[in-house]
Amino acid sequence: MHIPDGFLNAETWVTMDIVAGLGIVYAIRKTKTSLGERQIPLMGVMAAFIFAAQMLNFPIAGGTSGHFIGGVMAAVLLGPWAATLVMSTIFIVQCLLFQDGGLTALGANIFNMGIIGTVFGYYIYRGVMISFGGKKGLLWGVGIASWLAVVLAATFCSIELAFSGTVPLRAALPAMAGVHALIGVGEAIISVGVIRLILKARPDLLQRYG
Amino acid sequence: MEKWIIILLGVAVLVAVFLSPFASTKPDGLERVAEDKGFLGRGEGPQVVNSPIPDYAVPGIKNEKLATAIAGLVGMIIVAALGFGLGAILKRKEKIQ
Repeated sequence: MHIPDGFLNAETWVTMDIVAGLGIVYAIRKTKTSLGERQIPLMGVMAAFIFAAQMLNFPIAGGTSGHFIGGVMAAVLLGPWAATLVMSTIFIVQCLLFQDGGLTALGANIFNMGIIGTVFGYYIYRGVMISFGGKKGLLWGVGIASWLAVVLAATFCSIELAFSGTVPLRAALPAMAGVHALIGVGEAIISVGVIRLILKARPDLLQRYG
Repeated sequence: MEKWIIILLGVAVLVAVFLSPFASTKPDGLERVAEDKGFLGRGEGPQVVNSPIPDYAVPGIKNEKLATAIAGLVGMIIVAALGFGLGAILKRKEKIQ
């Protein structure tokens, strides 16, 4: 769902740059007060794992492919703010080094595929986990939040395209949400799989972040 | 290093180097919608930055699968170093009582 240069008009991409920029500044401030020593290697590992997984497009229906995004998974392990920084790092490298996502759309891409999952998705995960309780509740929380983050990212992407006058919302939204409702299932399966592995090996890493 | 870190890193290397060259090349969700709704062309003009490794393929390597595998490895090392570096810079300062 990486938006290239040319899809968004200046008003929209500048707005999204400001939104994403404020998010990153806030994330740096919060991370400085919350990141513990043992999470430092985890930031590197998560960045590598998510970058790699994002390269692996899997086929879905109708000659279309999708790939893992990873924001919710990162937030469950690192907390919403350190995860925001990891995701932003990945999108910046993808844009500058690999021409995946346009430089003008960088803010929009960081917001859609990063912050929605790491912040909004994280609180959905917490909410579901607390309501259901236990290990099952935790895994359901990861799954539901992962699916929702992908569909919401597609929704925001559609809104940005509509604001830019690229495509009417009534045309973009059903198509984007429909395709990504399928891709979101893949997202949920991968996130739950990884978190299950870590839950077995190091349950202490799944702690609470503010 | 702990076992699960090695497992995750191993999976990442496996995916980036050995599986990504065989990833689906079909358009992704956004590209599909852009094609169907007729705005794909808007994104096909010149891009603002010229990336050294466009589309995850190292230029000059004829074998496409190898070009993607090397791109995957390079990208992975860079984001891992940046993630680790950010963590080291931003880690919580332990307060002296």
